[in-house]
Formats: sequence, structure tokens, C-alpha cells
Amino acid sequence: MPIHETWNPERAAELIAEHVHEPGPLLPILHAVQETFGHVPADAVPLIAEALNLSRAEVHGVVTFYHDFRSEPAGRRVLKLCRSEACQSMGAEALAKQAEARLATRLGSTTPDGRVTLEPIYCLGLCACAPAAMLDGELIGRLDAGRLDTLLAEAQS
Amino acid sequence: MIRVHVPCDAGALAVGADKVAAVITREAQARGIELTIVRTGSRGLYWLEPMVEVATAEGRIAYGPVAADDVAGLFDAGFLDGGGHRLRLGRPERIPFLAMQTRLTFARCGVVDPRSLDDYRAHGGWRGLETAISLDPATVVEAVTASGLRGRGGAGFPTGIKWKTVADAKGLQKYIVCNADEGDSGTFADRMIMEGDPFVMIEGMVIAGLAVGATKGYIYTRSEYPHAVATMRAAIEITRRAGLLGEDVAGSGRSFDLEVRVGAGAYVCGEETALLESLEGKRGIVRAKPPLPAHKGLFDAPTVINNALSVAAIPFILAEGPKAYADFGMGRSRGTMPIQIAGNVRYGGLFETAFGVTLGTLVDDIGGGTATGRPVKAVQVGGPLGAYFPRQLFDTPFDYEAFAAKDGLIGHGGLVVFDDTVDMAKQARFAFEFCALESCGKCTPCRIGSTRGVEILDRVLLGGGTDADRALVADLCHTMKFGSLCALGGFTPYPVMSALTHFPEDFGLVPHLQAAE
Ligand SMILES: Cc1cc2nc3c(=O)[nH]c(=O)nc-3n(C[C@H](O)[C@H](O)[C@H](O)COP(=O)(O)O)c2cc1C
Ligand code: SF4
Repeated sequence: MPIHETWNPERAAELIAEHVHEPGPLLPILHAVQETFGHVPADAVPLIAEALNLSRAEVHGVVTFYHDFRSEPAGRRVLKLCRSEACQSMGAEALAKQAEARLATRLGSTTPDGRVTLEPIYCLGLCACAPAAMLDGELIGRLDAGRLDTLLAEAQS
Repeated sequence: MIRVHVPCDAGALAVGADKVAAVITREAQARGIELTIVRTGSRGLYWLEPMVEVATAEGRIAYGPVAADDVAGLFDAGFLDGGGHRLRLGRPERIPFLAMQTRLTFARCGVVDPRSLDDYRAHGGWRGLETAISLDPATVVEAVTASGLRGRGGAGFPTGIKWKTVADAKGLQKYIVCNADEGDSGTFADRMIMEGDPFVMIEGMVIAGLAVGATKGYIYTRSEYPHAVATMRAAIEITRRAGLLGEDVAGSGRSFDLEVRVGAGAYVCGEETALLESLEGKRGIVRAKPPLPAHKGLFDAPTVINNALSVAAIPFILAEGPKAYADFGMGRSRGTMPIQIAGNVRYGGLFETAFGVTLGTLVDDIGGGTATGRPVKAVQVGGPLGAYFPRQLFDTPFDYEAFAAKDGLIGHGGLVVFDDTVDMAKQARFAFEFCALESCGKCTPCRIGSTRGVEILDRVLLGGGTDADRALVADLCHTMKFGSLCALGGFTPYPVMSALTHFPEDFGLVPHLQAAE
């Protein structure tokens, strides 16, 4: 389970400083911020904008364009289920329904107790061991109903 | 010391390779046996992963698929000496799936330790770079042109011509960008090569840099590929320390350096100009062409942008000569293609072969039909923008032009097999949905048309389609095809129209002889 730091502008400034002199530094900075704090807090946007000499709107536009960046913290665990064609061909849709039912939440949202965020992902490159999933950083191939149940239990615990 | 090879490829990890490696270590300790575990890439025989190989006097002997529970039994059976066991596969090179391949690009993948420069050199690495350094840059570009190599990212543009354009372009700073943003479902070859043989990518990029006069390279890959990112970054660091990257590449007096950049979950950033925008730190909005990236690319500088597999083919071409590569293939598709067989298939994996093999051979003979054992209904070739092929078209040879002639594309070489339980109207709907989700938003037909497509197909899926719906979908596809700036909006019609044309019954329609387009 990933451990994230609580928001801290000095820490954010450090992360920005690490990358600000690279060409095209915005994505590396956003990745670093999200990796550290678990999301890109609204308070980070003006700091980044100022450091890169961009408008807040420009930074905000980039944060919202990319599916990876979240403006709100995720649940304690993040379960991503692949929804792409190769996984569809091996029954990914039924697994997604199973996960939604068991967690009583929809793909793309977090359980009310904040334990699990369930998200779609479009291809993990595990297409020859479909269906595939990722629980936090851990990859899971050849997923089936039984193994998904175990994963869900682990995620909820 | 006994050497046991266990893959660290993401596909093997996803089915338990780390655990198997840990149990082998523990079991060896308990038995007082000294051994070294070498983490390799994958050979690409994914139904056999985790596939463990033991170095014996007769060569490597493979066992697979190995579960953690099998390990004690393998020790009991004497697998460290190649002993008999129900999971014993014998010499990996003799497994038909591997024996039938022509591995030029993937020759080392699954064989070597991806973080060992010595392994790379011992298996023929850096010979392409040595040749390139000994030639003048224009000759290197000519060799790539003569090899007939075409872009493996989808569009199939001749790589040598792209390089020549950049070589001839004026600019103090030029860039090499490797497009490893492999977003197509059913593809994993870029990931495999980055995880299994990262030095071949580095070598290919250095050669490109020397050939066109670029001093800086970027490998842009996906956040969904954390293992590839880590291996690639480690390999770059090792190469730099060995003096093969940096101010003075291999004593040539010329400089080239390299960096990995990670995307953030946007499929459209695989499109080359959106990728450049993303590298510059912007939203991944597609640029209008011209200007071509070769003239005005990254930070407005002349830029070669090539797919990872195009880059990885380069060292072989320089080391063995362009003819050795061009001798393989058919028509204008020269060399080999690392084809990825995926989805509902019995033997899924990476199959590198000369162009010309038919789709039917790939699916039925090599792939062994479906994993579920049911009949194959359709195969989507070339990712989410590729057409669905019915069995009637299985005689199509794997070749850029032959697939285009059947209203399809080979794309990045991915095959996704579906059995007869698939509902093709749902697949057509998904194609529109994916386009809507990933559209960069620049063109109305792509942004709005895709959502309209989802709505129409939702109606069809609820109550069955009418001829009016068919006409509407065809019309919408026509608008998207001709009114979109890039292939996301422009090619979404391929999966949609192929589903509708070949499987009208799934849309509640009677077969129609004339394709509705
Ligand atoms: C929506 C979209 C996604 C693409 N994704 C990729 C990709 O992931 N990798 C890739 O190499 N090319 C991708 N392409 C093709 C690139 O635009 C470009 O043709 C390619 O990188 C050129 O390299 P090549 O000549 O070596 O194939 C994509 C194109 C489009 C329209
Ligand atoms: S076709 Fe779609 S993805 Fe491509 S440029 Fe237009 S809006 Fe963007």
C-alpha cells in the first residue's frame, strides 16, 4: 500500500526545483507531485505555474487533460481493471461488474469508507495473459472470478 | 555456479514470477544448494509463463508454467540438471512456437540479463553501433533506406526517408524521439523489448542520433509500464557509465544522450505530434501537419520520431547489413514483424516472423485457436483503430498493403482473438466509446461524432438496428474518416464498419452485400 505525504508547500517546491531546469518539465513535476502526495492538490497548481512561468489555467488544463492525474486523493488502495479489447475477449466486463457489485461502487469512484478506488485502465500490455488488473503497483494477469474475489477482499481489508 | 533464469517481464510478474524466484531461492537454501537466479526478459511464450530455464551441459532446459507450489517437486525431479518433470519443456528454442520464428529484433529477449552490458555484448550487441561509427552518416541513412524498414508504429512510413529528411534539415539542435507509448490493446512488444533487451533500444537510438546529427534523445513511454521505465532507466545509466552515451560516444568524438519520459494515461499521446506536445509539457493536442516533425518537431527542432520496434530493428540492420534484413518479407513489407497474438487465444505471445504469413496461420496454427476452445469469430488486427477480421478473410497475408486492401491495417502488429460469444455491435460501440474517451478534442467529427456513435449503437443494442441506423452509422463514419485530423477520429471507422459489414446479424440486421460506406 502506498504511503503518501501530507500536503506541504516546501516539499512541493523541492520537487519542482528538481525538475524545473529540464526541458519540458511539467509532466515530470506533476508525476513527482502525485507520487509524493497521492494526488495533485489544488494548492500545487499556482506554485507550479509560477515556477514555470505559466498561467494557472495552463497548468490546470494539463492536469485535467491526462487521465492519470487526480485532483482529489484516491482511496487507500487503488484497483485498476483493464477494459481494453484483449481483456474484453477474456471476460473483463463480467469481472468489472463483479467488482462494482462487491464494492458497491462504480468504476471510476471510491468506496464511501475511502478504502478502495476502483478504476478502469486501458491496457497494461498484459494482453497475452488477459484479463489483467493492477492493485496499487502490483500486476495481476489471468484474472478470474475467484482471484478477483481474493483481490477485492485484500483491497477492502 | 548453477544458473536459473526466471523472467522479470511484467507479463511473467503478473502471473507470479517473483514468487517463483523467491521460492526457488528458499528451497535451494533449505537443500544446501548454491545457485544464482538470473532475471531475464520473457521469451514471449506467455501461456508458459512463468517459464523457468536452467543452464545445463546440453544448453538451457525450460520448465513452465511454474507455480510456486511446483518448485519443491522440480527440485525433487532434479530440474537443476534438466531432470524429467511434467512441466519440462526441453530446449526452449525447440518449442515449435519459438522454433518457427525469425528473431532478428527479439534475438536476445528472454535470453540475456537485461541489465548486463556484458551479456549484451556477448550476444552481438554494439556491433551495429561500431559499424555506424565507421561509416559516414549519409551511408548509415542509406543502409536504413536499403533495408526497406518501415515504421512499426502503424503508419508504415519508410524509416530511411524520415531519417534523411532530418539529416538534411537545418538546425543546431536535433532530436531523436522514440515512441514507446504502446497504447494499442493487444500489443506488448515495446514493453517486452524495453524490459528484456533495453540496450538494443539504446543502440538503435544512438545510431539514429549519429546518422542525422542529433545529440539528444527521448524515449516516451507509458505510466502503465512501470517495469519498462525502471529497466530502461537502469540500462541508460549503465550505458552512460560505460561511455557509450554522453559527450564522447564510444570514443567517436560525437555526443548523444538519452532520457526516459513517462506519459500520463492519454492514448492520443501515441500520435506523434501529440506526443511532442506532451514532451514539451502541454496537453496532448494533435498538431496540424505540415510542418512535419522532421522539419519542426520537438521544441520546433528537426526531430526523428520512430516507434520502439523501428528503433530496435536498427542495430541488426547495421550489424548484418541492410540486405540481411530486406531478404525477409513480401512486397513492400521488408524484414520481420514482431507480431503479438493476444486475447482469447490458446498460445498467446510474441511471434516475430517475416511478413507474408497469413492471418489464419497466425490465429489457428500458431495461436492454436481460442483459449476457451470455442470457435474463433473475429480477430481485431492493429489495435483499437484496427478492423475486425472474420474467418472469410483469414487468407490475408500479414503485409501493410494486403491489410489495407481488405479495409484494415496491421498497425503495431497486435492481434486480439475473440470467440463466438462476442457481440460485434458491442465491440463497435466500444470503438466509438474509446474514441470519445481519448479524443484530444480538436476536431468535431472525432469529439462529437464518437459520442453520437455510442448513442446510436446503444439504441441498436437495446432494440435491434434498422436500415436507417446502418445508414446513420455509415454516414457518421464517413464524416469521421474524412473530417478528422489524425487517425484516432479517422480510423475509428475501421473497427466500426468492419463489425457492421462482416457481422450485420449482431446489429439485428440482415446481411447486406454492399458494404454500407
Ligand atoms: C491515436 C494514435 C495513437 C498512436 N499511438 C502510437 C503508439 O503508441 N506508438 C507508435 O509508435 N506510434 C503510434 N501512433 C503512430 C505515430 O503517430 C507515428 O506514426 C509513429 O510514431 C511513427 O514512428 P514509425 O515511423 O517508426 O512507425 C499513433 C497514432 C495515432 C493517430
Ligand atoms: S481526430 Fe480526434 S484525436 Fe485526432 S486530432 Fe482530431 S480530435 Fe484530436
